[in-house]
Amino acid sequence: MFQITRKQEMAKGSIIRFDVSAPKIAAKAKAGQFVIIRVNETGERIPMTIADKDEFSGIITIIFQVVGKTTALMRSLKAGELIRDIVGPLGKPAEVENLGTVIMVGGGTGVAILHHVAKAFKEAGNYVIGIIGSKEKDLLILENEMTAICDELVVTTDDGSWGVRGFVTQPLEKYLSERYDIKLVYAIGPIVMMKNICKLTSKYNVKTMVSLNPVMIDGTGMCGGCRVTVDNKTQFCCVDGPDFDGKLVDFDELEKRNNMYLKDEKDSLLFSIR
Amino acid sequence: MFEHDVKYLKFKTYLNTYCPHCRNTFNYERKEEKYLVFKAKYKEQDIDLKLSPYLDVFDIDSTIPIIEGDILEDLICPKCKNSLIVTNLVCGECASPVAEVIITAFSKLIPYYFCLKHGCEWHGLKKADENKIKLKIPRQEMPEQDQKLRVTNHTEVPYGYTSELAHLEAGRCLQCKTPKCVDGCPVNIDIPNFIRLITEEKLDDAAKKIKERNVLPAICGRVCPQESQCEKLCILGTRDKPVAIGHLERFLADYERKMGLVKIPVIKTKLNKKIAVVGSGPAGLTVAADLQQLGYQVTIFEALHEPGGVLVYGIPEFRLPKSIVSFEIEYLKEMGVRVELNHIIGKTITVDELLQHFSAVFIGVGAGLPVFMNLEGENLGNIFSSNEYLTRMNLMKAYKFPEYDTPKPKGNKIVVIGGGNVAMDSARTALRTGSSDVTIVYRRSRQELPARHEEIRHAGEEGIKFMLLTNPVRFLGTDQNMVKGMECIRMKLGEPDASGRRRPIPIEGSNFILDCDMVVVAVGTSSNPVLFQTTPDINRNKWGYVEVNPETNETSKEFVYAGGDIVTGSATVIEAMGAGRIAANAINKKLSAV
Repeated sequence: MFQITRKQEMAKGSIIRFDVSAPKIAAKAKAGQFVIIRVNETGERIPMTIADKDEFSGIITIIFQVVGKTTALMRSLKAGELIRDIVGPLGKPAEVENLGTVIMVGGGTGVAILHHVAKAFKEAGNYVIGIIGSKEKDLLILENEMTAICDELVVTTDDGSWGVRGFVTQPLEKYLSERYDIKLVYAIGPIVMMKNICKLTSKYNVKTMVSLNPVMIDGTGMCGGCRVTVDNKTQFCCVDGPDFDGKLVDFDELEKRNNMYLKDEKDSLLFSIR
Repeated sequence: MFEHDVKYLKFKTYLNTYCPHCRNTFNYERKEEKYLVFKAKYKEQDIDLKLSPYLDVFDIDSTIPIIEGDILEDLICPKCKNSLIVTNLVCGECASPVAEVIITAFSKLIPYYFCLKHGCEWHGLKKADENKIKLKIPRQEMPEQDQKLRVTNHTEVPYGYTSELAHLEAGRCLQCKTPKCVDGCPVNIDIPNFIRLITEEKLDDAAKKIKERNVLPAICGRVCPQESQCEKLCILGTRDKPVAIGHLERFLADYERKMGLVKIPVIKTKLNKKIAVVGSGPAGLTVAADLQQLGYQVTIFEALHEPGGVLVYGIPEFRLPKSIVSFEIEYLKEMGVRVELNHIIGKTITVDELLQHFSAVFIGVGAGLPVFMNLEGENLGNIFSSNEYLTRMNLMKAYKFPEYDTPKPKGNKIVVIGGGNVAMDSARTALRTGSSDVTIVYRRSRQELPARHEEIRHAGEEGIKFMLLTNPVRFLGTDQNMVKGMECIRMKLGEPDASGRRRPIPIEGSNFILDCDMVVVAVGTSSNPVLFQTTPDINRNKWGYVEVNPETNETSKEFVYAGGDIVTGSATVIEAMGAGRIAANAINKKLSAV
């Protein structure tokens, strides 16, 4: 059992932040890694990227968007309550090194994970340019944290209610066309966003890493449910990833695989409401 | 109580009757009647004498009317014309004349006398000879759930023996002086002795006798492939069917558990040494039980949220009820074994960190990585590895969706690729969760199916179709990226390959499309590298399996041992336990010397 030590609602309650006491995981977790959570006895196992950690207090932070049954259930938990199972840290950590200038792009809840990786890149000595986006101002998260980490930060919203109006790809293209010293783009967010970013960076021939979040069960390489096609080869996201070279990822396949259970998700929610 | 009376009257044997003079065989088996029949001459006419299953009554089947009490006076061999009547012997019951034939049992010729008075049940066999003809009791099969009923539930298929059936089956054992069955058992259970204790009605002692060597009899009795281990070497198997050792083991374990006779062993010496066991499957549980009993303090680390490894995520409820697995684990816990769930060794804690706190580490992590075939379209939706399918169904209880949150994979026309136990388990699980059309596709023929015979039989009875000598070539998908069909090619068997099995060869141009909307790939597993990524000093072979010293199961890293599928590749529960036992002994020896 793992205790929630702090709960914070963000983005009008659609995104939740939990600090959870998990000392063994906190001691090992590196940026880009994730945990598998099972809330209760009847719960499913879902992957959640570690958004932050504090090895001294033994706390890991997870930030999630409420999208389905399990995340709705998690929103109903209060600080002090318990999560039944958390296992990790899983996956390979993000490959962080001092490259010079890097661009960190995050969309929606992806910013939660991005800021952990951005912090690591900053600590490694990089010049970090951040681009974060959301649908509207109220749904934007971790802007202050990102401002503190990044040397430059651009904020976009789809409706123009904050920062630049439009998608994250627009400021990214601007940077790519103006600056020639960008060594890496690290993108995390909705699949369609990562796909478009990769299209763009291919044009400018800049290395792009993406962090994928497919359907998983065990997270240890046992089930193969999280398989993704990278460079025409099947990879298990949980053990070979979650970070991959974005230009080689078959995003269309990933998107369709992630939609496989949409109807079940609805049935499950309806069942819990009844 | 079950209607088993009929079952042991079945006469299925290779007994022979011979003329005592010319040694020509008399008999022919009349299968429909299940009697042994032999020919003789009576009053110049051919008659058939029927021997009953017990060889102690005879009946006459001829055109000559013979009534109860008649005495046959001139019985002769139809071949050599010599009389079968013995002049110096009379019936011990009614003093009527007696005839002699020779019967064989276990390649020995035994004279068999019978009273010529029709209806008299006397026969002149000595007690010792009577014992030799134990063949007369056929192997007792366990009563099973009706095949139409069982596909509607997840309850275990066989009900298990009743004590009557167990007693009857135990009586078949010949109590060999040099029993071969024990050699066939990877943990060398004292099989003849536990069976003898059943015949002596000492069921409690019999159960304890098994527990001396095997800590998980209820599990092994259910999932061991006895037909290729102990029962394969049973001497009865050469002429008839072997003693059902597995069924008896299961019966005793269930008896002990249900009667509340399981006792937690008293640990006499407490050693101040800690052992870490990685993985709570059969190998790990054996090491834990053995070493805890010797006084060590054992901690098991399990990656998943439930202990049991393949016993809980892989083997379905109808083959191994989860309550039995949890009972065995509770037993270990009561012995003092600690179980730490949600710990991935190599990630949460590394082996090197374990060695700082524990005197020795045993790695029994199994071969958990699913193998795919790398075919076109294999990543389409609704194509699952058997690991994923069974994990969803068993561990996550997806068959209870939406009560449990994990979605249940579903399809109307399901194809399972592979021919092992895991393929059978997947197919039968699918059948129990709402699919009526399930086909197993396997590239070799029926003979080569690696699954247990019982599983193949059960699958067939339940209505699973077998498409043999067929191999998938690619998968076809809908525009939603869900699987809608599988292109297959027919195969034929060629020359035997390295494994001794005939190699399947594709037949050119025989491709065809098999419609399906869900596929389970059950073609095997390989080793999971997660643990070893942080422990490069454990040597592994080219397939990724751990190299160990076969006598101690110690790895290239001192104080680190390994056993089970992570050493051998996919194998059986009991072999993993055997490997665990070797490691436990070696650990004890090494730590005692330190």
